[in-house]
Amino acid sequence: MPRTLMKGNEVIGAAAIRAGCRAFFGYPITPQTELPEYMAAHLPPVGGVFVQAESEIAAINMVYGASGSGARVMTSSSSPGIALKQEGISYIAGAELPCVIVNVMRGGPGLGGIQPSQSDYFQATRGGGNGDYRLLVYAPASLQELADLVQIAFDKADYYRNPVLILADGMLGQMMEPVEFRDDLPRMSLPAKDWAATGTMGERAPRVINSLYLKPEELEAHIHRLFEKYEAMRVDEPLVETVGVDGADLVVVAYGTTARIVRSAMATLAEEGIHIGLIRPITLFPYPMDVFATLPSSVRHLLVVEMSMGQMIDDVRIANEGRLPVSFVGRTGGMVPTPALVADRVRELLAGGSR
Amino acid sequence: MSVVFAPTIGLQPRETHYCPGCTHGLIHRLIGEVLDELGVLGRTVGVAPVGCSVLAYDYFNCDMHEAAHGRAPAVATGIKRVLPDRVVFTYQGDGDLASIGTGEIVHAAHRSENITVIFVNNAIYGMTGGQMAPTTLIGQRTTTTPGGRDATLTGYPMRMSEMLAQIPGASYVERVSVHNPVYVRKAKKAIRRAFEVQLAGQGFSLVEVLSSCPTNWGLDPAAALSWIKDAMIPVYPLGVLRTPDDPPAYLTAVQPQTGAMSGSGMPPASGAMSQEGEGSAD
Repeated sequence: MPRTLMKGNEVIGAAAIRAGCRAFFGYPITPQTELPEYMAAHLPPVGGVFVQAESEIAAINMVYGASGSGARVMTSSSSPGIALKQEGISYIAGAELPCVIVNVMRGGPGLGGIQPSQSDYFQATRGGGNGDYRLLVYAPASLQELADLVQIAFDKADYYRNPVLILADGMLGQMMEPVEFRDDLPRMSLPAKDWAATGTMGERAPRVINSLYLKPEELEAHIHRLFEKYEAMRVDEPLVETVGVDGADLVVVAYGTTARIVRSAMATLAEEGIHIGLIRPITLFPYPMDVFATLPSSVRHLLVVEMSMGQMIDDVRIANEGRLPVSFVGRTGGMVPTPALVADRVRELLAGGSR
Repeated sequence: MSVVFAPTIGLQPRETHYCPGCTHGLIHRLIGEVLDELGVLGRTVGVAPVGCSVLAYDYFNCDMHEAAHGRAPAVATGIKRVLPDRVVFTYQGDGDLASIGTGEIVHAAHRSENITVIFVNNAIYGMTGGQMAPTTLIGQRTTTTPGGRDATLTGYPMRMSEMLAQIPGASYVERVSVHNPVYVRKAKKAIRRAFEVQLAGQGFSLVEVLSSCPTNWGLDPAAALSWIKDAMIPVYPLGVLRTPDDPPAYLTAVQPQTGAMSGSGMPPASGAMSQEGEGSAD
């Protein structure tokens, strides 16, 4: 496949359609609106369904209905809209339905702003809706990775019968990069959807798509079943990239757009003879815990960089288990950290400066 | 010996959890009979609400989805759009449809989703123990209007069917009652007509069924049926409010627009709709 120069939001749409997504329910909100626009133009020609819902709440409930009917389905939004979808996401997780949800993050809280942010990390990884559930969360850092992960996400959603969240940010959604839609992505062998409520056709007992368990012992057993899936994810799904960790004094932890900024800072520092490492989680749930346990003995400090006041840093501390000091630098509210900000913080820490 | 009464295969052979004198079970049966008689039971997918009929998915003998409170029309939209040859219905109470779910029902009607909505109005929240609904009558005592509903504080009873019948996409809207056998037969006819509208691909259909709640009204079952007749029907008059044969006059003034988004990226001038739409509505 040739490489094509595309905008991030459109890459998501093109990748989804290539992955067999044939239904999209969405609502306009900056900075993700090019995605529903792309789906409105490109789904009907391939026999797919596009509906502009009356709200994000309606859109996620349309996803629930379409997914329960066996369709490959996606919705997208940006931070305040994803907040509105949380009710439906909880129901979808509870009813064990597959779908792909895209959050092109912008600044919050409240209406916040429309510039890039990573301040929905807690919502994405801790479950923004009610109850005991988790989402499989991918955090791509380039449009090529976005194209790959969106396609993989649909298989993972079907395999686990669980929503998969693509956690992007306004920078990824709005930027343009060359992308190749690869034909060699790993495809999973998936069972038939023998749970979908598509009509009995008079040939079987009725099926029910449901998250209601009035007997507490049944609900507890159901949640234990859900957590068996999440445990399987913890074993099989963590993805992480590490760069220059061996021999490094200091390792930066960053995901998505922020990891690219850190790479620029690393290049600047290397010119000064300062070599630092990078841990870039690609899955945020499950979090790549193991990489922190196997860091080389040269590493004496972790620095977390985020476009928030520090949310992923909680997972870094959990993974680190108190072994190394953990510091933070970041910008928030739509402000993007510069490579210089990161480099300055690294120099300060290496000089024995304040944590 | 001829059979005069038998269970319908439209319902599963099990007892319901409804209170004595509640008409939910009866309305379930009417829907089950209609789906059977139309020969569509096997290709029907229903959507259950939150409220007293939350467990409806255990009673209808067809595939079902359980929706979040008020969201059934959105769930039904998702189902029908990806399975357009299935018969899709929602079963919703008045708290579900007229309060928390107003956005979803209005826009399902607005898009003329080709689904059938059975709207059960008993003027109260039953499952949570008798709180005021938007449909509660003036002066009606509920646990959240202990002195009786006062319009100055809580508004007037909300007439959803009249409101929805104004929407161009609402193809069939009728209000019926089940307070005696004559009206039960009429209710069944309306439900059948609503599903026939869907089968003909004519778009959104809704039947509002006035229903009793002896437990939360504090009345015995017979008195509760009388209360439907004497108190509810004057506020919620029965009858057909819309059929596919009588679209609002202003619809004929709305011409399809051509050339949208071509060239300049600007929408075309909307002559007919903006000039005549509002004025000639109704």
